Amino acid sequence: MLKLDSKDTRLFLIVIAMTLLAPFILNPFPEGSNLAQFNAGYPDLMQRFVIFGIFAIGFNLLFGLTGYLSFGHAAFLGVGSYASIWMMKLLTVNVIPAMFASVIVSGLFALVVGYVCLRRSGIYFSILTLAFAQMSFALAYSVLTPLTGGETGLQLKAADPRILDFGAAEGSIGRASFFGIDMRASMELPVGSWLFTLNFGYYLAAFVMLIAFYVSIRIFRSPFGMMLRAVKSNQNRLNYTGVSTKPYTLAVFVISGMYAGLAGGLLVAMDTQVGPERMFWTASGEVVLMTILGGAGTLIGPVLGAGFIKYMENIVSKINSKTLEAWFGFLPDGLEDALITIVYPFVGKGWHLTLGIMFMLVVIFLPGGLVEGGKRIGGWLTGKGRKSKTDGGQEATASTPAE
Amino acid sequence: MSGFKMNRRGLLKSGAVMGAGLAMPTVFAGRLAADGHAFTNAPTGGTVTLGFNVPQSGPYADEGADELRAYQLAVEHLNGEGDGGMMSTFSSKALNGTGIMGKKVEFVTGDTQTKSDAARASAKSMIEKDGAVMITGGSSSGVAVAVQALCQEAGVIFMAGLTHSNDTTGKDRKANGFRHFFNSYMSGAALAPVLKNAYGTDRNAYHLTADYNWGYTTEQAVKESTEAMGWNTVNTVLTPLAATDFSAYITPVLQSDADVLVLNHYGGNMVNSLTNAVQFGLRDRIVNGKNFEIIVPLYSRLMAKGAGANVKGIFGSTNWHWSLQDEGSQAFVKSFGTKYGFPPSQAAHTCYVQAMLYADAVERAGSFNPCAVVEALEGFEFDGMGNGPTLYRAEDHQCFKDVLVVRGKENPTSEFDLLEIVEVTPVDQVTYAPDHPQFAGGSLGTCNPGA
Amino acid sequence: MDAILLQTLNGLDKGSAYALIALGLTLIFGTLGVVNFAHGALFMMGAFCAVTFNKLLTLSTITLDPEKKDFLGNPLQVRTPYIEDWLGPELGAAIIDWSVPLAILFAIPVMIIIGLVMERGLIKYFYKRPHADQILVTFGLAIVLQEIIKFYYGANPIPTPAPSAFAGSFDFGALIGMDPGTIIYPYWRLVYFAFALLVIVAVFVFLRFTTFGMVVRAGMADRETVGLLGINIDKRFTIMFAIAACVAGLAGVMYAPINSPNYHMGMDFLVLSFVVVVVGGMGSLAGAVLAGFLLGILESFASMTQVLDVLPGINQIIIYLVAIVVLLTRPRGLMGRKGVMED
Repeated sequence: MLKLDSKDTRLFLIVIAMTLLAPFILNPFPEGSNLAQFNAGYPDLMQRFVIFGIFAIGFNLLFGLTGYLSFGHAAFLGVGSYASIWMMKLLTVNVIPAMFASVIVSGLFALVVGYVCLRRSGIYFSILTLAFAQMSFALAYSVLTPLTGGETGLQLKAADPRILDFGAAEGSIGRASFFGIDMRASMELPVGSWLFTLNFGYYLAAFVMLIAFYVSIRIFRSPFGMMLRAVKSNQNRLNYTGVSTKPYTLAVFVISGMYAGLAGGLLVAMDTQVGPERMFWTASGEVVLMTILGGAGTLIGPVLGAGFIKYMENIVSKINSKTLEAWFGFLPDGLEDALITIVYPFVGKGWHLTLGIMFMLVVIFLPGGLVEGGKRIGGWLTGKGRKSKTDGGQEATASTPAE
Repeated sequence: MSGFKMNRRGLLKSGAVMGAGLAMPTVFAGRLAADGHAFTNAPTGGTVTLGFNVPQSGPYADEGADELRAYQLAVEHLNGEGDGGMMSTFSSKALNGTGIMGKKVEFVTGDTQTKSDAARASAKSMIEKDGAVMITGGSSSGVAVAVQALCQEAGVIFMAGLTHSNDTTGKDRKANGFRHFFNSYMSGAALAPVLKNAYGTDRNAYHLTADYNWGYTTEQAVKESTEAMGWNTVNTVLTPLAATDFSAYITPVLQSDADVLVLNHYGGNMVNSLTNAVQFGLRDRIVNGKNFEIIVPLYSRLMAKGAGANVKGIFGSTNWHWSLQDEGSQAFVKSFGTKYGFPPSQAAHTCYVQAMLYADAVERAGSFNPCAVVEALEGFEFDGMGNGPTLYRAEDHQCFKDVLVVRGKENPTSEFDLLEIVEVTPVDQVTYAPDHPQFAGGSLGTCNPGA
Repeated sequence: MDAILLQTLNGLDKGSAYALIALGLTLIFGTLGVVNFAHGALFMMGAFCAVTFNKLLTLSTITLDPEKKDFLGNPLQVRTPYIEDWLGPELGAAIIDWSVPLAILFAIPVMIIIGLVMERGLIKYFYKRPHADQILVTFGLAIVLQEIIKFYYGANPIPTPAPSAFAGSFDFGALIGMDPGTIIYPYWRLVYFAFALLVIVAVFVFLRFTTFGMVVRAGMADRETVGLLGINIDKRFTIMFAIAACVAGLAGVMYAPINSPNYHMGMDFLVLSFVVVVVGGMGSLAGAVLAGFLLGILESFASMTQVLDVLPGINQIIIYLVAIVVLLTRPRGLMGRKGVMED
């Protein structure tokens, strides 16, 4: 189907099913129950899952295939965001032109940055990309304030010209829309004591992610993708055989930058605001972590990694002592207090601690990331546990493009 | 399963409005409230949920933790637990300790990380997932502006926490947003007369300014008010937010003929730049026959602690300080101090007051509808909340009240006793016109109830 | 002229912090081949060694003073450090005053233990893993270390003053015959500079003139051959890791009085130290030190008003701009060796 082999088709169908059903899958606990805290099926977080999924898929095209570790990818996300919000401010609140603008502008920016940075490899390449991203951040935060809004960033304002929005009410603040459908339009489905929110913005973002995912599969399986893997395994040999690798690496760098820009544009489409900290090195580091955590070089890994980190950031950070009291309230007092004392440092303001521990546990016990974990579970279920254990050792590292 | 809670979704489950249908298209989940007006997250059942969005990680985590303590205290008092704190000294008597409009107050918390993206994500989850009808908190102007804009779009009330930039109620003001904290202009206006008395009118000032919006507005405010009394501004230099070592910016001060250094820095920047300035012996210098002086326009006791002995004798302004002797402040310090064992910070105070003011406005309006709340808060005059008689001005949703000018204490008796109040600048001196140039370019727009 | 001199001093001072951190990082990163994202955290742990030592010295007995009132109107608690009880108020106070330099003695064993535990318990399993895995595990570790410090000490900076004997400034101007007071520089910053030079020289001497150092250098160049010769190179690498941790920690201890330590100070330095190491060139200790001082000095010059007037915002990006220029003109940084971390 769609020029994919059967294995990829199966993966793609699973991903389609997961994204379409996400509002249900992510809301497993009934409303009002104590465990509803863990529900992630609300529009904003689902949107972030798929948007950062796109970001990580794009990053993985570069890193997973060629081994070039960019430490400045957030710059493209940020540039895409700024391009997209300016489109909305100047032209129209329709998200389609904004998304095109973000992809084109970040693609051009990636072309310039890539052209310079790809003259070096290894750690030298990483530091060059980092340097460009940090300069973008520092300038956006300060000197470029007229263009970027500085620290407070940019939002849609009632005074925006929006020259293509003829029908817009005078003095109203624009709302991102898709040919008139508000991004925030939602349908709520109560089923028993569950409540599911089907949000238009989410489905638009999910649709874009599915396209991005499909393109990524095609690139992985194409001769172009093969060439990129060759760059990773032995660039010298390619050079000696007379192949210039630069056009290939530059091409994938720009594609990867466009993915990041697309993610940035979608972020703005879902939430019409841009701040410069989106380009800070920690944001670049985050996408690196997402990709490695999920499984670099695998198709689905980066999406899983993105989901994992965003889940921690948005769900675990919201657990407070009151929530804990509600959970453990049924226990005898002494035990309740003891449990709360033990758990408290790991939730709420301590969510970073849990995140750090999870990073270490995953990389220590699951070389190859979350995908490796999934494979092991799959292996045990189908009775091939022993086999997957052996090849999950030293060999199955990030260099194996396994899905 | 003790945590069953009736919120906006509870109404849905009861199915009254649903009829036989299962689905209902909505924008931001607007609901018909009992009084027939639709607005976002109208509380149903016996509880109302407020969203406390404070920095829990990053450099302002301690300030955020203090804000959260204050909110928890406010919720206790609203629900009739504890000693009632400032509820008894508050001039409006609409609140009676039975929650808000008879509904028990519940809350959700989130981490802003002092990043506008993260703050908005957190606020959105409170609105979309938890059904919060009001968002409050924060410890930076960037976050305040971002979250305020979100609340305007979503149709909930935003009660700003600690945000000092003029922009929050200036060019970025919003109808659904309210600020109790003071601002850069007020700092400048309050400091100028005190500085005139202490250091005279013939001074050369050198500004180091954090290179972002809050820094710009503070520099402008202090510069304009000190120049108005005759000071000369020698130089203004922008310093990167990420700077940790300020030596490269301090040494040029030694070379200039400046005799006053103004540090438009906050948080970690302030601690480091002040520490560095003292290291370089600026306090011991004599320039043009005058003692060299340092000024920190916005003081925070939590941050002053980080600078240790370096704050001694240095002037600055603050929104509130626990050593105030009025009835309201005393009640709050007693209540907070008894519960947590140390006095509250100005961030805690402003957040507590904001929560109370919101609850009171809902009671007086008789509705949680944001537009009704806006109407109740606009032009509201009150007293007994620690800052003397205060006005929530209708034109820009900024509170006007006395501003404290403080100085680092020479002989602190405890680790909390770092600042002494030099003067309580009366509100008239810090009041400005709503269209003052430092605040120009914004408009409130109209209140947005969401649905 | 005097402005340039002062900025050079600033640059050397800043540079010595960069150089010390980069030196430790390059021992681990440029030679053991481990991308250590926890190195900033080690620097931070060093600074908190100073804080902790100060807290230990000031452990106090609490007496109530009914004369004075605390903020709630209860009798004020007066704290008297035990050490003042035991050694007399004067000697006790003097020891507390000197807590930062004394903390060096405390930090060395602590940091060596942290380094040994880290290497034996975690890092050694990652020598053969891809760099990506090293990044993930050390970043996770950095977050964990950071959060532990935050849990105990909070997020605010903690003032850790230098001994009062170092409070003033040294007058360079008077020394070289200029007007007194034109070029003054704080004593503690000069101490920091001297201390950094001392540590740097010690590390170089150790690697260059001891048998141990020779073996380690041989091991860096060709680990397998050295191993085949029957030398336990693993053990020596463990010790190198501990030394690197110790260097980072000492840089942190002495830095504490310059800027009050806070839990995320390591992250602030992390990116910068990687830039320094790479600009210096992978695998070159001298390069790391050179790049540290170079970037420190350039950063200081870029902050001068005269420069900012011409190029606004240059102080924000100078480090990264220099990094780009250096890496484009010199493919392996200033003094990098061929083939280290190039793929």
